[in-house]
Amino acid sequence: MALSEENRKGRDRASLPPWVKTTALTMGSIAVTMLGLLFVTFIIGRVMPIDPVLAIVGERASQSTYDAVYLELGLDKPLVVQFAYYIWDVLHLDFGTSLLNARPVSEDIARVFPATLELATLGIIIGVVIGVPLGVIAAVRKGSWTDQVARVVALVGYSMPIFWLGLMGLLIFYGILGWVGGPGRVGIFYVDVVPSVTGLILVDAALDGNWDVFKNAFSHIILPASLLGYFSLAYISRMTRSFMLEQLSAEYITTARVKGMSEWDVVWKHAFKNIRVQLVTVIALSYAGLLEGSVLTEIIFSWPGIGSYITTALLSADMNAVLGGTVVVGLIFILLNIFSDLLYKVFDPRAK
Amino acid sequence: MAEQTLRAWLLTDTPSSRRHAKLSALYQGWLSFRSNTMAMVGLGILIALMLIAAAAPLLSPHDPFVQDLGNRLAPLGTEGHILGTDSLGRDILSRLIYGARITLYIVALVALIAPVVGLLVGTVSGYVGGWVDIVLMRITDIFLAFPRLVLALAFVAALGAGIENAVIAISLTAWPPYARIARAETLTIRSSDYISAIQLQGAGGFRIITKHIWPLCISSLIVRVTLDMAGIILAAAGLGFLGLGAQPPSPEWGAMISEGRRFILDHWWVATMPGLAIFTVSLAFNLLGDGLRDVLDPKAGE
Repeated sequence: MALSEENRKGRDRASLPPWVKTTALTMGSIAVTMLGLLFVTFIIGRVMPIDPVLAIVGERASQSTYDAVYLELGLDKPLVVQFAYYIWDVLHLDFGTSLLNARPVSEDIARVFPATLELATLGIIIGVVIGVPLGVIAAVRKGSWTDQVARVVALVGYSMPIFWLGLMGLLIFYGILGWVGGPGRVGIFYVDVVPSVTGLILVDAALDGNWDVFKNAFSHIILPASLLGYFSLAYISRMTRSFMLEQLSAEYITTARVKGMSEWDVVWKHAFKNIRVQLVTVIALSYAGLLEGSVLTEIIFSWPGIGSYITTALLSADMNAVLGGTVVVGLIFILLNIFSDLLYKVFDPRAK
Repeated sequence: MAEQTLRAWLLTDTPSSRRHAKLSALYQGWLSFRSNTMAMVGLGILIALMLIAAAAPLLSPHDPFVQDLGNRLAPLGTEGHILGTDSLGRDILSRLIYGARITLYIVALVALIAPVVGLLVGTVSGYVGGWVDIVLMRITDIFLAFPRLVLALAFVAALGAGIENAVIAISLTAWPPYARIARAETLTIRSSDYISAIQLQGAGGFRIITKHIWPLCISSLIVRVTLDMAGIILAAAGLGFLGLGAQPPSPEWGAMISEGRRFILDHWWVATMPGLAIFTVSLAFNLLGDGLRDVLDPKAGE
């Protein structure tokens, strides 16, 4: 019974080109996951607080204000309808207005997001540039002291509270040694010196040709970025190592060595070539992780990114801003997740 | 001599009873675990942590809540305050010792909630199959795709700050991997012959899941929980640091770091000491988890 059904399905599918099915499935999966995310944030924002109106107007508001806000929020409608309105708003990038500064949350997020993007991107670059070679060397020289060092580096990375390591970095490299700039994106004399084109201060300074600003901004970003880089490095180097070990124990490697190929070519042209897809998947995942991990880092370094935005909003009970930020981070996270999944399917024929 | 015979009894190849066989297997697992030095170090640290937490009133030199404003921010090695005092003159060592209780409390609660939820969802999903499986796994996937810390932040924002709410928020974001593992185990177990045999004997789904599938899922779940504990401690400390977990004057380690942050450049020890405590405990869980994985699930090792 089950078998015949499987056959029938197989025939139906055969009539469509495979990419149609893959695309449809992926789109469906993105849609369902995002709907789930919105459902959860909807529950958090509308259902969990005992009275969402009171959260906005405060306890001393008059009855008429209360009623007006009650209707404005659409709370007189059934939950399903409210949810539908919520999805509609989010699709139009309308997360409501911030209770703190009365500006649209989406504008605020667009303003703070480049700072996080810049930080996380530099972080992942550091993590990849150091983590991948470290993982490869650890795999090639399994059991050597390099391997042990890589192991300890990763173990410490998994066990260290990121905000504490950030504080210690600030204490040592800023407070005692004075090698790097302190908290914030640039020193106070360099604020708003270069015109904001991309919102990424390093890029803006380079475009403007203002290398003083560039140097100053770099001295501010390097410590938090290295911190994030270290945490992604821990994960990336471990994964690289285990992927490489798997390849190096394969028979084609033995064949290549028997042919007399140099060890460098065996490692980089044969084994490494075969782990590239898996590696990109891992890097995409840790990039998503960094966007999230930047929340605590941003607090420590007074970095005006989305993590600081969400936390500040949280402490002042600005629910619209919190949920707007959560939805944006969540969407990016989901997209990167699915992107890495997809990459795997497209480039690794074995996954089909 | 008596020990020698006990050892021989435990290592026998021909166990005389079910209990004997169980104890023997346990002992052999312990022997291979014991040879892993790092795992033993981790275990030692955690046992010490439990003892410290249990004997906190006896061990701590001062009351962790008593303020002494005349003696605030005393440095390391001060007479009577080995680890110094914080901004309100409270003894840091005593606060660390009492903080061990809070850490263990959080870890224990999350370790009770998240794996149990995951086990329930995963085994039901795997055993029942069909639509139930599709729906439950879709929900699991959705939760897996979420950014955990940010979601926990949003939960705490709606529920209000506090240890219990932090635990709920962390558990809500921690259960999906357990559901995945439990489902995978259930799928392999479900199709085995002995399950068919007890089905023929008339065993119902409830009995099969609770008596035959759960026991076999436990060992891989324990490994995963131990490895996750480090992450849970870090998440709890992070929430505490943001002021969303344990509330002052509670000596929670993350909250203590946040307090010391204001004086980091002049009085570094106030924030450094609780951070070292968090690092030590989460390192211990990682070491123990690695060791347990090697014993209980040797395939996943390399």
